[in-house]
Order: sequence, then structure tokens, then C-alpha cells
Amino acid sequence: MGRLVLRRLLATIPVLLLVTAGVFALIHLTPGDPVDVMMAESVDDSVKATLRRQLGLDQPIYVQYGAWMAKLLRGDLGRSIRNGEPVIENVGRRMRPSLQLAALAMAISLMVATPLGILSAARRNTSVDRFGTTFALFGICMPNFLLALLLIFCFGVKLRWLPISGYTDPLEEGLQGLRSLVLPALTLGLALAAVVTRTLRSSMLDALSEDYVRTARAKGLSESRVIRGHVLKNALIPVVTVLGLQLGTLIGGAVITEYVFALPGVGRLVVDAVFARDYPLVQGVVLLIAIGFILSNLAVDLLYGWIDPRIRYR
Amino acid sequence: MAGSIRGSGIAEAADTPLASPAPVCGRRWAVLRQAARTRLGPLGVVVMLLAIVVAALAPAISPYDPLKQDLGNALARPDRAHLMGTDNVGRDVLSRMIWGTRVSLMAGFGSVALAMIAGGVLGLLAGYTGGRMDGLVMRLMDAVLSFPPLVLALALGAVLGAGLGGVVVALGVVYTPTFARLMRAQVLTITAREYVEAARALGAPGWRIAWQHVLPNAAAPIVIQASLSVAFAILAEASLSFLGLGIQPPGASWGSMINAGRGYLQQAPWIVFWPGAALFVTVVGLNFMGDAVRDALDPRLRKTR
Repeated sequence: MGRLVLRRLLATIPVLLLVTAGVFALIHLTPGDPVDVMMAESVDDSVKATLRRQLGLDQPIYVQYGAWMAKLLRGDLGRSIRNGEPVIENVGRRMRPSLQLAALAMAISLMVATPLGILSAARRNTSVDRFGTTFALFGICMPNFLLALLLIFCFGVKLRWLPISGYTDPLEEGLQGLRSLVLPALTLGLALAAVVTRTLRSSMLDALSEDYVRTARAKGLSESRVIRGHVLKNALIPVVTVLGLQLGTLIGGAVITEYVFALPGVGRLVVDAVFARDYPLVQGVVLLIAIGFILSNLAVDLLYGWIDPRIRYR
Repeated sequence: MAGSIRGSGIAEAADTPLASPAPVCGRRWAVLRQAARTRLGPLGVVVMLLAIVVAALAPAISPYDPLKQDLGNALARPDRAHLMGTDNVGRDVLSRMIWGTRVSLMAGFGSVALAMIAGGVLGLLAGYTGGRMDGLVMRLMDAVLSFPPLVLALALGAVLGAGLGGVVVALGVVYTPTFARLMRAQVLTITAREYVEAARALGAPGWRIAWQHVLPNAAAPIVIQASLSVAFAILAEASLSFLGLGIQPPGASWGSMINAGRGYLQQAPWIVFWPGAALFVTVVGLNFMGDAVRDALDPRLRKTR
């Protein structure tokens, strides 16, 4: 296992380097002068020149990259040009709502997908199965923002049960905070649940057709014990993989969800930075998200090796 | 598994090369017949054809100018004059939806075509030349895959500037690694086959082997992946337009219409409903079609469940 961790970690280094180069290049992809794009035309030329100097844009590109990397290695991701605060502080402030949203969404998706996926496979071709597969299809084809608006319409506008935007911290306000997170978490969680249901159903069906299941049935085990003891464990391996593969979609979904529900999370910060043309902030946040994404993928890879010993020795 | 294409269990399966590559042209009709036999495939094709016809004939069939405002008739309920009602500045929702179809299809097909060409060339280059070039190209693709797709598209869209062109390029970049990986895997399998060895032994130049033997045989999984990616590209374009990148106001796209209508959910839900339904139906249809194409092109992946 130790060797696997080391190998994976080493393989991450070149990718991380390329990612930093890509994020650095981002600002230079702008057609025209990035400073002109970031600031209004009316802004005085001397102000623009100062910003250009601050960002190092008056230097040759390799000097800029070197300086940027040196700062990066010291943990300095630059400063927002709008509020002048370091990127790290901007992101740090926004982490809590995003993490709470992700945790709640993940919990909802597992609560919905686990029984639905298992029942769909165990009662294949019945109405439960048809419900499960239709739910999965709807969930996969339904864009996040549309589902969000549908939920807002039903539970916020018509029934008036839940708040439709804004954020209250559940760790401080308890129930009130949870209420503010229910609709966003449902939006994100149901989309994820659709993918997990589909994967769980299909991997359960694969496992159900294995010889060891026939043996288990032949020795007289009840169907529920067969499923709990033999099928489910083996069927969970592809689910973990898919959860890992879905991380990117989850983060993208969080961007949209936070935008729709006005949640002050990291996703919302990306959108705001993009529209404020605050390129240093965009660079910093995108880099942090990418690093987070790479590390979570690494964690999933390792988790996968831990669950399925066959992977370790490959 | 960790090295396979992200986000699509289907695409992972497509990673496996075809068992016996038959000549592509001779199989074409058999493939179409097979696609028609799958239960939901024809439905997908109908949706898709309908969308293409609507997009192509937009100027002829849209009852009103999609940009023409009529403030006296804002938020009008659907009636005979405006079958799908009007939006907050009195524009006809049906006309805007029809023009939005164009944007969605152009973005969906444009970005996937771009990704298919770029990814195909890069994958061919990596798989065929091997060595350092292979390592460089594939690490580059890994780096692109290290960004969550929507975040990368958002960042690229931001620097490339709002507008359809920026979105198409941004989504094209996002989907390129998928095709590059697939093409590389195909090339590696195909170049190990006897007929490629035979061609080499006969003295065929490298480009000719690539063009005549490798490309046609690698095409099937690429087509499968493309047909599945279009649906996701259309969804992604709608998401970016919803966030405000993509077609700029007053231009019409499904995503931007939905964003504009979300403030009027209570008074005028139809502003959101119709483009939302169009988007959903198109994506479902494309998924059905993609599944049918996959089943037809690769019998081993045919669903028996």
C-alpha cells in the first residue's frame, strides 16, 4: 500500500506542474491587453501602468512565470484586484458553505441511491426497477440549474416551505441554517444520486450473476443475506470509482447551485471573479480547485486500492 | 479504471477496442438497421432531426423577431398570438426558443467536432510516435483533465471573451482529452495487429498506414464517444449561458432564457418552462441516440438488461 501511495504521489508532480503552467497561461490567453480587459476604458493610463507593474506584466514571460511560481511555493497565490485581499483569504472565507453543501449533497445522494439501486437490481424488471431507471435517466439529463429552479418553484414559491436563497451557517444557527441548505443540497444530491443509482444497479446485476451468488443461494441463504453478505460488497467497488469520477461534475454542479441559491461558497466566488474580470483571483481560485480536485482523485484512487486488494498488486 | 474517461461509465466501456474491425463502409447500413432496432434509438433520432430542422429553418418558422421587444405586452400568458407567452420585455418565447435551438446545436456539435479533431490528431500523434511525444501529449491531457470541466470552461470562456465562439473553443478544449485518450488507446491496439505489420512489411509509409489502416478502424469508438458527448456539450453550453457566458443579451439561447426568466417564476413560469423542456428533451433524445449508436457499432456492449 505504501508503494502505491508513493507511486501515485510521484505521478501527480508533473501533472501539478503542467496545471500551474496552464493557470499561469490563462491570463495571457486574453485577446488584447489583460489590464485593458480588467479595467474600464475610462481608467487613467497611469493606474493601468501601476497594475501592469504590480502583476509583473511588463516583464518577459519567463520572468513572470518564475516570479509567480516562487510566490506560489511560498503559499502566496496573489491578491484580488477588486478587494485587494489575498486569494487564500478570499477562498478560506468561502470554504465553509461549500463543504457543508458538498457533505449534505453526498449524504442525500447516498440515502436516495443506495436503496433505489439495490431494489432496482434485486427486483429487476418490476415497477420499482422502472422507477429507478427512469429516475436515473432524468437525473442525468436534467441540468442542475433547471432542477434548482424546479425545486425553488415547488418548495419555495408554491408551498413556501423553504428559503429560496441566502445562507445561514448551520453550525451557528442550527435548524435555520440547515433549512437554507436543503434546496441547494437536494439539487446537487439528486443529480449525483441518479448516477450512483445507475452504477449501483448495473454493478449489482453483474454481481448477482456471479457463481458465488449461485453457491450462496444453493446453500440455502435467504435472498436478503445473499445481497447483504455477497452482492453488495462486490457491487460497491464500481460505485466508489464512479463517485471519484463524478467529483468534477459535483464541483461544476456546486458552481451552478451556489450561483442559483446565492450561497457564498467557492463556486460562487469563481463566477463572481470571472464576471468582475478579476484575473488574479480567477487564477488563484481555479488553481486551488484544481489542486483540490487532483488530491481528491488521488484519495479516491487510494481508497479504491484499499477496498479492492487486487488493485494494489497491479 | 482510474485512467479511464471521467464521468461516463459508458465511455469507459468504449475504451475497449472492437474485437474484429470490419471494413467501415460495408457495415454502414447494417449499423443503421441495428440502430433503428433498439427501442429508444428511433425516438432519439426523431428528436435530433426535429432539432436540426428547427435550427435550420429558424428564420422561416419563428413567428416573431426573437429580439423585438413589446413592453406593453410583457409577461403575457400563452395564447393564440404568443403560443408560449412572452418574456419580461414582451419578446415572443416561442421565437426565442426556436433561435436558441441554433445556438445549442452549434455549440454542441461545434465543440465536439473541435474536440474530436484536436483529440484525434493528438491521440494519433501520441500513440503512433510513442516515446517522449507520447509522454508529453498524455501528461498535457492529464493536466486538462485535472480541472473540473465546468470550472475550466468558465475560466477559458472568461479569458476568451463571452460569445458563442469562446464557449465552443472552451468546451472543445474541455472535451479534447477524452478523444485523445480514446484515439491513443485505439492506435496502440491497432498498430499491434497483423495487417498493420503486413502493410509495414510491404513498405507502406507511416502516414499511409495511419490514414488507411489505423484511422478507419479507430473510427467506431470515436463516433460512439462523439454521439454521447454532444448531449453533455449542449448541457454545458446551457450552463455557461445560464451563468452569463455564451451568447450575450439580447441574443437568445436556452440557458440565458432560463436565467432571465428565473426572476419571474411566480408570475410567468413559462419563460423558464419552455426552453427548459426543449433542453431536457434534446438531451434525453441525444442520449437515446448515443446509446443506440453505441449498441449498433459495438455488439459486445449491447445492453441485455
